Amino acid sequence: MEKTENLIKSEDLDLSFKYIVKNEPGGEGIMKCYACGTCTASCPVRAIDETFNPRRIIRMVLLGMKKEVLSSDFVWICSTCYICQERCPQDVSITELMGALKNIAVKEGYIHPGFKAQIQAIYSLGALYEIGEFENKKREKMGLPKLTSQRKEIEKIFEITGLSKIAKEEE
Amino acid sequence: MRYAFFLGCTIPVREIHYELSARKVAEEFGIELIHEPEFSCCGFPVKSVSHETALLMSARNLAIAEEKKLPIVTLCNGCVVTLIEANHEFKKNPELLQKINEKLEKVSGKKYKGTVKVKHFARVLYEDIGIEKIKEKIRYPLKGFRLAPHYGCHYFKPSEVYDRVDDPENPHTLDELIEALGATVSGGMKKNACCGGAILGIKEDVALQMSFEKLDFLVMNNTDAMVSICPFCSVMYDGNQKKIAKSFERELNLPVLYYTQLLGLALGYPPEELGFSKNRIKPKDFLTKFEKSYPSK
Repeated sequence: MEKTENLIKSEDLDLSFKYIVKNEPGGEGIMKCYACGTCTASCPVRAIDETFNPRRIIRMVLLGMKKEVLSSDFVWICSTCYICQERCPQDVSITELMGALKNIAVKEGYIHPGFKAQIQAIYSLGALYEIGEFENKKREKMGLPKLTSQRKEIEKIFEITGLSKIAKEEE
Repeated sequence: MRYAFFLGCTIPVREIHYELSARKVAEEFGIELIHEPEFSCCGFPVKSVSHETALLMSARNLAIAEEKKLPIVTLCNGCVVTLIEANHEFKKNPELLQKINEKLEKVSGKKYKGTVKVKHFARVLYEDIGIEKIKEKIRYPLKGFRLAPHYGCHYFKPSEVYDRVDDPENPHTLDELIEALGATVSGGMKKNACCGGAILGIKEDVALQMSFEKLDFLVMNNTDAMVSICPFCSVMYDGNQKKIAKSFERELNLPVLYYTQLLGLALGYPPEELGFSKNRIKPKDFLTKFEKSYPSK
């Protein structure tokens, strides 16, 4: 008997996935990929961690492996160095494409806890780090101007785009 | 030369030596840095999760500078690429700008027309001041120092949004800025390496190894210091260096200094005023070597 559990089954594929990606800002170029592998060969993350393979990710999208891509850890480990994007002979804009995949993953309810923590920090502090009395006193001593937290403004932006929903989620 | 000074999140809290030294250098060259308390986070950390939210944050910041009729200067590669990319997208797609503006007006009563120029401080030094003028002002050249440029990916990539001012495979502007100090450029092969900072919170072991590889290479190549122009890269190479040395069982001890600190030193400012005590890897040997070159200083 042949093993079947690792096979890709056509009934599990979502053939519309590539169009969803194509319509997402940054994903426009996906259909142009001819799988040359320049991206994967150039990638500094891939050089260390073989679970990250941009060529493979693009193939998976084109095949329609929606759930496998969006629920994966690997979409989150692009370091956004842009080497693949600069070298891609087909102008797929791979770094932007990885951004599009992450954006879609978030909309589908998958967000990496590391990114969620970042979003929560910005939502609650208005910045990556707290700007309070302590920080301003330190700055004042060095003759540097006072910083003002823009937390309220950021909060309003997060509310209007709906990102506040994710920021408010419990772990 | 007047710029709205965009500090971002990391520099004014965690990398104050960068701000201190940049302010000194700016003063020396007549670059007026206007403090703008209304600026917020640029949007960079949000882009991966919600492109629209990031664009709104960028547009809001850009609109603030536009109201004041000022171009923006930043010290951070993350901030500069985020604001420039937003500008690029708005220019390519006016409908997008219109949509963003509709929401921006609702949340903060602002509207962005798309007129603000954004530049990295190192680019201002390179383009607006120029190598020759920098050389003229140097009083204490860093002769005999081997300095390794670290551009940081977002300083010149994606090259499309930067109009290819630097070659994406072989950037040169920071090399020239370092040579203007009288120093020798070292570790050129790894000058455009990626620090891994963007995935530090996602896959720490990979991020740290990315940083380790460059640090290790520079130490083997007798480098006096790495030259950084990005707070995220410095957090990786300087802030995390002890952790990296420990996990890879390698003695590194490589100072990671901001270009503005080195320029300030060569201009004649005392190290204390340039925040040299705030670098995590203490540049003690570096400063001793400098003092020995100028015993009468």
